[in-house]
Amino acid sequence: MNKQSIISIQGLSKTYDGGFQALKDVDLQIRKGEIFALLGPNGAGKTTLINIVCGIVNPTEGQVTVDGNDIIADYRATRSMIGLVPQEMPTEAFETVWNTVSFSRGLFGKPADPGHIESVLKSLSLWDKKDNKMMTLSGGMKRRVLIAKALSHEPRILFLDEPTAGVDVELRQDMWKLVRGLRDSGVTIILTTHYIEEAEQMAERVGVINRGSLILVQDKQELMHRLGNKQLRLHLHEPLAGIPGNLSDFDLEFVPESCELVYTYHSQRERTGVTMLLLALGEAGITFHDVDTKQSSLEEIFVNLVTWEK
Amino acid sequence: MNLHAVKAIYMFEMARTFRTLYQSILAPVISTSLYFVVFGAAIGSRITAVEGVSYGAFIVPGLVMLSLLTQSISNASFGIYFPKFTGTIYEILSAPISYVEILLGYVGAAATKSIILGVIILATATLFVPLEVAHPLIMITFLVLTSVTFSLFGFIIGIWADGFEKLQIIPLLVVMPLTFLGGSFYSVNMLPPFWQTVTLFNPVVYLVSGFRWSFYELADVSLWVSFGMTSVFLAGCLVTVWWIFRTGYQLKA
Ligand SMILES: Nc1ncnc2c1ncn2[C@@H]1O[C@H](COP(=O)(O)OP(=O)(O)O)[C@@H](O)[C@H]1O
Ligand SMILES: [Mg+2]
Repeated sequence: MNKQSIISIQGLSKTYDGGFQALKDVDLQIRKGEIFALLGPNGAGKTTLINIVCGIVNPTEGQVTVDGNDIIADYRATRSMIGLVPQEMPTEAFETVWNTVSFSRGLFGKPADPGHIESVLKSLSLWDKKDNKMMTLSGGMKRRVLIAKALSHEPRILFLDEPTAGVDVELRQDMWKLVRGLRDSGVTIILTTHYIEEAEQMAERVGVINRGSLILVQDKQELMHRLGNKQLRLHLHEPLAGIPGNLSDFDLEFVPESCELVYTYHSQRERTGVTMLLLALGEAGITFHDVDTKQSSLEEIFVNLVTWEK
Repeated sequence: MNLHAVKAIYMFEMARTFRTLYQSILAPVISTSLYFVVFGAAIGSRITAVEGVSYGAFIVPGLVMLSLLTQSISNASFGIYFPKFTGTIYEILSAPISYVEILLGYVGAAATKSIILGVIILATATLFVPLEVAHPLIMITFLVLTSVTFSLFGFIIGIWADGFEKLQIIPLLVVMPLTFLGGSFYSVNMLPPFWQTVTLFNPVVYLVSGFRWSFYELADVSLWVSFGMTSVFLAGCLVTVWWIFRTGYQLKA
């Protein structure tokens, strides 16, 4: 096991009853104290992966250890370290917020601690709702309660499965603030998402999963560099014989078939070079009648990654 | 042992009972009272005493068993089926809790409710008939044994069920008939010889017989056979539950 890794996944596969293979030989190390984003389209196997680590789904093959303990042989040790906020929002309609959060703490083997429950509820702006029944809460509030449940037993690892799906901006911001605070206190956080922006905002490292295979794991900076490319397409009046000398500093390509000049740049940079390019084009006397920009869609990025991997 | 978890589940389930007090306690008490009125008072007044015990008093143990069985099954099956249905089971499955602890929580709570209910029904019965219990310890043993066994059986049904119909079907199609034909309202000796033999395949007969013996020292089969058969059923349920947990049947994908 890697010295700093807190979760170690080796050769993990899952075939559901009925024969569908949701995970294919996944290897992954999660580092202690990091925020890790598992990025992938719907049906990629993100929830399956999380559910296996948490003990909700049985693995078909492979081994998972959490802080050196096997998730099956030493399930008590591993599960008491983990808090899970599930993707779906199942709740006990008739229970009060306070009871349902306290219940979770007990379930995870911790003695009652009203002070801790109180601070968790307050940090999630749930304190004034503590005596409300679950069924009276809005979707966003329910999500907050599920987070409170996951935090009730002071986990050292927190899984957030699609935490911002269908969540309003306010909760999203509160949630990120909370997540950063937890990370600062040493909690390891693994979140899944199918939004690149979300992975980008939050995570330190990103794993990309598609059709059950982990395609790559990279530091966010590197990945964003790779994924953040954008193209500016200029539809020229006249074909070019070559790229003029004063434009040689730009990442340019001429496509004769469509008479397009394509400029590839990084949209996240402070200076994208677009202004400079347009000025230089004017100087070189190159004219165009239309322009459009194009950013790779997530689908395309996945396709690119898959082909790149081969 | 994760006692905090056992307590959490147990208290949660008990709280559910108190929230649905009418359904859990009041309804069985009312239906039992109706049985007394109909069978004990109206019909019973025309039936001679059974082996020296008035008919009204004779049916008390059977009525208690009837409620114990149906309520144990319905409480325990609902208790575990509901989290499966709503999805909150994810939390139980991801908690650092062993199967034994899950059982202690759910089955313990269901059995506790049944025992409370049994006592309430006995108390209700004293309003209608004079009651005496010859062997209180044995009576309590049967009360507890039956509650635990059938709560366990209900737990199995709750796990097996993947819809509300399945949840109802076994109690309705199997347990009710077996209970009615299990000597709750008559002594097996009153049946023709052929049916006496058939009846012996009905496990409820042993429960009712043993339980009734603790009241009036009247039994269709010997006390030890009653204990033995009940224990065999308990063991069968335990083995099934062990298998369910070992394979994750209907709980884990
Ligand atoms: N219990 C199950 N039985 C059979 N197939 C399942 C089950 N759960 C998920 N799947 C399938 O496994 C694949 C991965 O699902 P999931 O892990 O939920 O993906 P994600 O969370 O990335 O959207 C999907 O195709 C899904 O239909
Ligand atoms: Mg998912």
